[in-house]
Amino acid sequence: MPDLSSALHLAASELTLAVGALVLLMVGAFIGDKSARLVSILSVLLLIAAAVLAFMGPWGVAFNGAYVADPLAIYGKSVIYLSAAVAIILGDGWMKRTHIAKFEYPVLIVLASVGMGMMASSGDLISMYVGIELHSLALYVLAAFHRDDVKASEAGLKYFVLGALSSGLLLYGSSLIYGFAGSMRFEDIAAFAVDHPSPGLVFGLVFLICGLAFKVSAAPFHMWTPDVYEGAPTPVVALFATAPKVAAMVLIARVLEGGFSEAHAQWSQVLVAISLISFVVGAFGGLVQKDVQRLLAYSSIANIGYALLGIAAGTSEGLQAMLMFMTLYVIDQLGFFAILLSLSKSGRPIRRIADLAGLKKDRPVTAVALTILSLSVLGMPPFSGFWGKYYVFGAAADAGLWPVAAAGLVASVVAAFYYLRIIKLMWFDAPVDDIQMDKSSPETSLIGWACAAFAFPLVIVGLTWLEPLTKVASAGFGNG
Amino acid sequence: MDIGLIHYLTVAAALFTIGVFGIFVNRKNVIIILMSIELILLAVNINFVAFSTYLNDISGQIMAMFVLTVAAAEAAVGLAILVTFFRNRGDIAVDDASVMKG
Repeated sequence: MPDLSSALHLAASELTLAVGALVLLMVGAFIGDKSARLVSILSVLLLIAAAVLAFMGPWGVAFNGAYVADPLAIYGKSVIYLSAAVAIILGDGWMKRTHIAKFEYPVLIVLASVGMGMMASSGDLISMYVGIELHSLALYVLAAFHRDDVKASEAGLKYFVLGALSSGLLLYGSSLIYGFAGSMRFEDIAAFAVDHPSPGLVFGLVFLICGLAFKVSAAPFHMWTPDVYEGAPTPVVALFATAPKVAAMVLIARVLEGGFSEAHAQWSQVLVAISLISFVVGAFGGLVQKDVQRLLAYSSIANIGYALLGIAAGTSEGLQAMLMFMTLYVIDQLGFFAILLSLSKSGRPIRRIADLAGLKKDRPVTAVALTILSLSVLGMPPFSGFWGKYYVFGAAADAGLWPVAAAGLVASVVAAFYYLRIIKLMWFDAPVDDIQMDKSSPETSLIGWACAAFAFPLVIVGLTWLEPLTKVASAGFGNG
Repeated sequence: MDIGLIHYLTVAAALFTIGVFGIFVNRKNVIIILMSIELILLAVNINFVAFSTYLNDISGQIMAMFVLTVAAAEAAVGLAILVTFFRNRGDIAVDDASVMKG
């Protein structure tokens, strides 16, 4: 049994973030909204420090099994903290330009990151629930952050109601699991499930999966996604599309492959059904969208379907594929949103897909970057999105799920239509109006270009160090 | 008659179902949705405490404490969002929450 100091050492990254968030809140409260820039810079540094602490930190189990710092958690946390830091950088300038700069924005993201870190390293149902709620409560507020905007407050309200419902489902599921397995700890639940398969346990597990599927916006639990993506402020959406998805995917992997590895036959069917529905909803729902962010919402639904397929495989290769896919996807999404944030016409952000027409004249470099990112999300080789799908489909086919992988392939061909339409608009269509694009802020353009450069050609180098990292992170999970 | 685990579970399941239906069937008022959410969380608490007594294991009651705390925080956040919504729209009818389709 480890003593308190070593337990605190294991949880150093969350503790740093939690204490840092409180200090930053005090700084903001004393200086006022003028401190938004200062608090943002400090929050970014704090998140980077937490990522380094998590990455360098020791492995182990603390607090009676409630907190697990294994390679999976550490890998997940590094990705989560870094993408949250990018979301703060993206938001800072944008909030100022739209006159809603407030110091609460970075603080709320840091608090959400504490929750996401807890999700990634939760070892029992209590720490899982507390982590989920900690990140959800911060995200509800972030969704309604632009409080004078009708759409933002509506998005916040919808996200809150459906998020609270999903937490309720998840909690009801965990209460059944606790009751039938007799323990909160995933380890004990796994040990119990080996020789006592009970319908009550599976029933609870299905509720739990439904609750978690809400959090990753997998169909048929995706109703909130398009509205929240459309209504919430764009930098907040950039956060929604990245860090919480990674956290929830890591959590799903941990619960299913850690706590219920024996019930693989049962949950893998549920996950396969969810990913199939997600492919279809994401691919066909996106075809009719006119708003860029709604389009990205449907694209995220489809992509979550691919990631869930990796977990459904139930092998450590599947988990590795999921981690690779999510990492590459997060970089693509951050690039997409950074470019959206860098574009505006007479002070108004670009919202309609049609507004992208003729971008090559105004912004040739950005048009190239957006083309690379679109091709990457579409899954065109040799861009990064292709490698993510390559690993996921490979792992799924190895586990005997090749019909589902084939369906995913078909869905990504359908989805290719809307990415190709963006490319066509940018390069071959005339602009809809004569209004020039405004001068963009340097940080958003730079991040967008950097992410595009990673999507291709840097990804070839990136894969050589991503692969060993994800391999270590996924070792010890799955049954094959 | 002895009141056993199964009775508690039945009550909790009934409350949970009422809560879920309260969210989906109700078309009038967002406050009712907040009440339904509270009902769901309390139903879960009954489950946890009943299982905790049945299993003679304290962790279920600890979880119930966490759920109560989170329920309070969730109500606070929910009401705050509702206030901003009301300021923008002047109404909190559920059917009105439809500037965006879907």
